[in-house]
Parts: sequence; C-alpha cells; structure tokens
Amino acid sequence: MKNTPPETGAFFARDREWHPPAFTPIYKTSVARSPQRALLSFDSTRTEITGPAFGHNMLGQLDNDLILNYARPGEMAIGQRILVHGRVMDERGRGVGGTLVEFWQANAGGRYRHKKELYTAALDPNFAGVGRTITDQDGFYWFKTIKPGPYPWPNGPNDWRPAHIHFSVFGHGFGQRLITQMYFEGDPLIWRCPIVRTIPDKAAVEQLIAPLDMNATIPMDMRAYKFDIVLRGRRSTLFENKLEGN
Amino acid sequence: MVQPLNYLKETPSQTAGPYVHIGCTPNFCDIQGVFPTDLGAGPLVNDKTRGERITIRGRVIDGTGTPLRDAMVEIWQADSEGLYNSPAETRGPADPNFAGWARCPSDMTTGEFAFQTIKPGRAPFRENDPRLMAPHVLFWIVARGINIGLQTRMYFSDEEAANAEDPMLMRIEHRVRVPTLIGNREGDVVIFDIHLQGDKETIFFDM
Repeated sequence: MKNTPPETGAFFARDREWHPPAFTPIYKTSVARSPQRALLSFDSTRTEITGPAFGHNMLGQLDNDLILNYARPGEMAIGQRILVHGRVMDERGRGVGGTLVEFWQANAGGRYRHKKELYTAALDPNFAGVGRTITDQDGFYWFKTIKPGPYPWPNGPNDWRPAHIHFSVFGHGFGQRLITQMYFEGDPLIWRCPIVRTIPDKAAVEQLIAPLDMNATIPMDMRAYKFDIVLRGRRSTLFENKLEGN
Repeated sequence: MVQPLNYLKETPSQTAGPYVHIGCTPNFCDIQGVFPTDLGAGPLVNDKTRGERITIRGRVIDGTGTPLRDAMVEIWQADSEGLYNSPAETRGPADPNFAGWARCPSDMTTGEFAFQTIKPGRAPFRENDPRLMAPHVLFWIVARGINIGLQTRMYFSDEEAANAEDPMLMRIEHRVRVPTLIGNREGDVVIFDIHLQGDKETIFFDM
C-alpha cells in the first residue's frame, strides 16, 4: 500500500441536479416513498467523513466470478460471458483504493433469483447473480459474469428494464456511500426506461452506460465492458477555517 | 477561455430496486453458498465490546402509512468513547471489538429492522470545531422507489442536555421537526421509525 495518510477533508457538495430527484411520477413507486420536504444541507461532520473499511480477507476466491460462484462442480452459468472492469475514483480523479464494491443482477434471461420475482423467464440453476470485490490501491476492480437480460416490470403497462447490473460502493467516508446501476452500450431500452429517466440530464445518464472495451476483451473467451465509478471528492484540510477564538 | 477545472462528476444514483437483498444480504433471501454470512448482519457487539448494550428497532414508513418491506437500512456510529472505527479517524484507535457499521433488511412481513449495538459516545463536530455532538447513529435507507439513498440521524431521548447543545440539532430552523430525529428509549430498546412523508416526515440530510 502507498504510505499516504487517509484523507479527512469534508466532501464536495452533492450536485442534486445531476442525481435523480426523489419524486419522479414516471417511476410510480417513488411517489409514496419520496420525502416532500427539503433536505437539510450541512457541511460534513466527523460522522460522514469517516466510514467502515473492509479487508481483502473477507473475500472468497470466487466472489468476483458470477459465472462460477453458484455453479455446481464442473458446470457454469449460461449466457454471454463478459468481464466488467473499471476504476473507482473521486471527483478529483484520484483512485479510491481498498473500497468494497458489491454487484447484483438478473440472469441471461432477465430473471432474478428472488422469492418476490414474478417473471416467467427460466432460473439458471448455476447462477445466483451476486458478487463483490475490493478495489486495488489505485481504485481498479474487475469481475466476471454473464450479460444480464432485459425484463418487464410492473410500472406502466409495458415497461421493460434495459440490461443492467446494480452496484453498491462504500468509498472512504460514509458521505460517499452510493448505489447505482450500470447499463450496456447500444441497448435501445435505456432511453425508454422510467428508472433511467428519473435522471434529468442526458450526460448524467451517459455516465451510467458502459462501453464495449475490445482492448480488455479476452480473445476467444469473453468480451469486456468498462464502468468507472466516481464518488464525491474531498476538500483539502489545509484550507479549513479555524473556529473564531480557537 | 479560462483553464478547465477538470473535476469529474459524481456517478448518478439509481434505485437499489426490489432485489437489493441479492447483492447485499443474499443469505437473507435464500441464496446460500456464495458468501458464508451476510455482511453487516447480526449483533454489532461481542463479549469484549465496551459500552452500554441497546437494541434499535424501527420501520421505514411510506406516505400511505405502510411500512416498507423491501428496504435496506444501514447504520454507522461511533464507539462508546465517541471514536469511529475508520482509517479516517484521526484521534486514535476505536474499540477493536466494535465496527460501528451494520446493515439490516426490513422484515419481509412486518417491515421491522433491528440493530443490537451500543450507545455511542460523543464525538467532536469537526476537525476544526471541538464542540461535542450528542450521541447519534447515522441511518442510510435504500429501497425500490428511493432514487438516491436517504440519510438521517437518530439521537437519543435520554440525552436531553447533550441534544440541546448538539451543534447540528441547534441549527435546525423548524424546531417542530427535531423530534423526528429522536429515538425513543424504553429500557435497553430504542424505537426509531422513519417516515418518508406526511406530518411526521423524518428530517433527511444532504451532507
């Protein structure tokens, strides 16, 4: 590991016009679940500046291989084999090393392994759809999986989710905590999806679309998609005000 | 033209969706054998943890009064001395037997979450501001229909004096809303319901 002290500055203000607002009637479930009063804004305190750290020793050998981590011996998940890789950075472009990244997804037919799932597509007995990894010291991560399928969901009478992978990222302070979704380049369902369209800015949506990355492809084995994740940046503690009389 | 600032934009949030359990608490939704246990599940305390044992219970309630049964709640708090178990904690090592972080999915029938933890100590507000915050627990809520994780805090009903001088609580203009941040202590149980809408809408923070 690099011999640099942990950063302890306050986080940059979140750009709330870049994120989806809470109340988005096109995504019906948000209507009764969106706070209606204004959020209270404060500069970060110690509680948000700090956050949990997870060690590599918690990881199992197949945690970042969704093709094999639920498969019976000698078998594997069905679907298009892909490598997803990228870098977790902060808004200053610095790698966020040693942070936990969790991911989950539907199988190749668009079916989730969940008791509340109603879609008729077949379950794959060799695929759970969950994995995790910890970024290296420069923030890079990768995992192997199969490309998830699109699926219909109850919102409008005929809404379909584009193929996507859910991501959960911690960062170094709890104020950076983020859950999002990665979409795939070229999917015509992206711009039709009410959940995608909760994001008002087209450029912000594009930040969630992973391009096909032929240079990272493993020839004769799997194609690659690149998905970088940006967490909130930190101010430098050098420039913080001192309390008057302190 | 001026020089470009070259900051990146934060990745936009998207809802955790109805199947957040698959990724965050797979054993809870019957996916066994991938991870030995669910991260952040179970008590935050062991025999050696220092501090007063408490259980925090509550529900996340939507605008129709219905508890969410598909939410995931995470907490983050200081140890009994007010130290955070984090590399970014600069004041010294926290209790090694207390991680300070946990997650709990809402019960799929009742919507209840529960955390077996300790009452946190008081931490100074900021690196440059030594005023003490009252004991509190950060809550972070995600679910289907929540487009970006909701952040709030639970303070304690048996800490009236500390609450009265908490540098953040003091700055809340609408005093009538402050009670939405107070967990109601009854013995060693603290009840903290989170209301997403309505007269009792919980204060959520952008910080």
